[in-house]
Amino acid sequence: MSLVPYSRAEERLFYVLAAVGALVVTIGLAAALHMEHSGHVVTGMTNQVVWGMPHVFAIFLIVAASGVLNVASIGSVFGKTVYKKRAPLSALLCIAMLAGGLAVIMLDLGRADRLVVAMTHFNPSSVFGWNVILYPGMFGIAAVYIWTMMERRMNPWSKPAGFAAFIWRLILTTGTGSIFGFLVARQAYQSAILAPMFIIMSFAWGLAVFLIVQAAMFRWNRMTLHPAVQKRMKNLLGLFLAATLYFVAVYHLTNLYFARQMDFEKFLLVDSEFAPLFWIGQVLIGGFVPLLLLYLPSLSMRCSSLIAAALLIVVGAFFTLYVFIIGGQAYPLELFPGMIVSSSFHDGQVEHYAPRLPEILLGLGGVGIAFLMTTIGVRVLKFLPEDDLAHLDQAAIHQGD
Amino acid sequence: MSHNDRRGFLAATAGLGMVALAPGVHLMQVAQAQTKRAAGEPASRLQRWGMLIDTTKCAAGCDACVKACAAENGINETVADPRQASQWIRKIDIKDPKNGRQHSLPMMCQHCAEPPCVDVCPTGASMKRADGIVLVDRHICIGCRYCMMACPYKARSFVHQPLTRQNPEVPRGIGCVESCTLCVHRVDKGLKPACVEACPEQAMLFGDLEDPNSEIARRIASVATAQVRADLKLDTGVRYQGI
Repeated sequence: MSLVPYSRAEERLFYVLAAVGALVVTIGLAAALHMEHSGHVVTGMTNQVVWGMPHVFAIFLIVAASGVLNVASIGSVFGKTVYKKRAPLSALLCIAMLAGGLAVIMLDLGRADRLVVAMTHFNPSSVFGWNVILYPGMFGIAAVYIWTMMERRMNPWSKPAGFAAFIWRLILTTGTGSIFGFLVARQAYQSAILAPMFIIMSFAWGLAVFLIVQAAMFRWNRMTLHPAVQKRMKNLLGLFLAATLYFVAVYHLTNLYFARQMDFEKFLLVDSEFAPLFWIGQVLIGGFVPLLLLYLPSLSMRCSSLIAAALLIVVGAFFTLYVFIIGGQAYPLELFPGMIVSSSFHDGQVEHYAPRLPEILLGLGGVGIAFLMTTIGVRVLKFLPEDDLAHLDQAAIHQGD
Repeated sequence: MSHNDRRGFLAATAGLGMVALAPGVHLMQVAQAQTKRAAGEPASRLQRWGMLIDTTKCAAGCDACVKACAAENGINETVADPRQASQWIRKIDIKDPKNGRQHSLPMMCQHCAEPPCVDVCPTGASMKRADGIVLVDRHICIGCRYCMMACPYKARSFVHQPLTRQNPEVPRGIGCVESCTLCVHRVDKGLKPACVEACPEQAMLFGDLEDPNSEIARRIASVATAQVRADLKLDTGVRYQGI
């Protein structure tokens, strides 16, 4: 396949973007090397908050990676033409974000040098262990899926490949949610609702990322999104976001109903540093403001509203994961329920996690990997969604839009 | 006697012999494992090592067990942030806010029969030995800390920095997770864990929970004992008296 001809200015922009991505990746790798050499003593993670910012970044990237593939699934599995045009970009973003997320998780390991051990020693009862199969499998399936879409001779196989990708991604996000859902020890987790909650969050976050990338590509190519397509994607994003808020509400209301969970909910929603992050970051910035942007009649049909909503959803996703992952660990383990406990190991005390530069840079490095892979991918191959505008106009007239 | 009859007779004799010898073999295995385990000999499923801690004897200010553990296992590093330091055993002070009753107890890996850390470990580095001791295989621990997320007792520590001056019998290393080994290197020599030996009040009793004649089993059968977070049904090997 030949390269798409670009103007000199566009060519320069590509190299600038690629260089920026490469720089962020390099800084992330340097941070990982520093952590590997000096140990996690250079991070803000402790023996109580054992998972920190790298996990917030990694889980965002992995969850959004599976969600972004949903755009392709709607095209291939449910036969929606508008989404079929977007399927290759959706699969590329899936691979890129998964690579970024996995890199962060692997480089945060205490013994990142034992990657081969992780690949060759498998514990079937571990949800992490399942993910060692699920994540590389997702790479393979998404890559085959792109191949079936881009290679004309393979086109007849794109529907089964899309279907396989759809099923695999549902299992994968179930696995990611279950990393927490299967934890019996901590008040924040051990809930079956976490797997479906992660799936619905992945729909919203993945679509938001897709819309941001699509908007950037359209602007670069001086294209505008057809109003009919914009309306569809806006409604879908709004639906996913509303469903996410519903799951969050059910999760917390269920906890509030159980006397044994009351203290934890009071801690998370009222009494701690996580309360403003939850209410302002997760619920307001990541939930209600984007909903208003998507559904207020005066705003909802503007393309800028859709992109602003998508950006806010991504910001809200980071708040959500920070509150969920860090807040869930900061709350002390209840070894002796109802008792006041103290020890040299901070039993009974709320942990204050202060992320330090290396772990933040490592997380950003993962985003850099996803960005760099996407930038190169869209430059080298034809991933730009090109709608059949005449057909869309015709359809809009028929629907009276 | 026909060929078949002779074969049947020999088989029956051999069977009877096995039945007669089996209890003796069993007793020998138990007796050997209670003392010293020979190099290369696997741990026995016939045993389950455990501990009974009498909290009525455990003094609030005393940390002899903690110090003995640190000395025995080479936990001697200085860590700038104490929250990043390893603690294999710690003293917890407990107060009932309703009636003011206070007590103190040592907390460490509870050596569960159904250990969540073993379930979640992606590589199988977290493992339970045949005799019930829960350990981390330092060769295949990748430092993911999922076991620390899963442990209800906060019993595990992650080594946050390079280590020096280690005890050769207790290898530790940066980037790996670790916890109380029940002093497995001492137990295999027929000795008691360091904390048990150091307790000035003899509040810690170590022994074989599976042997009905052991002191620990007899005490558990005769006094009220409890497991911490018994609601989780992890069947802990460490039991407490007086909580």
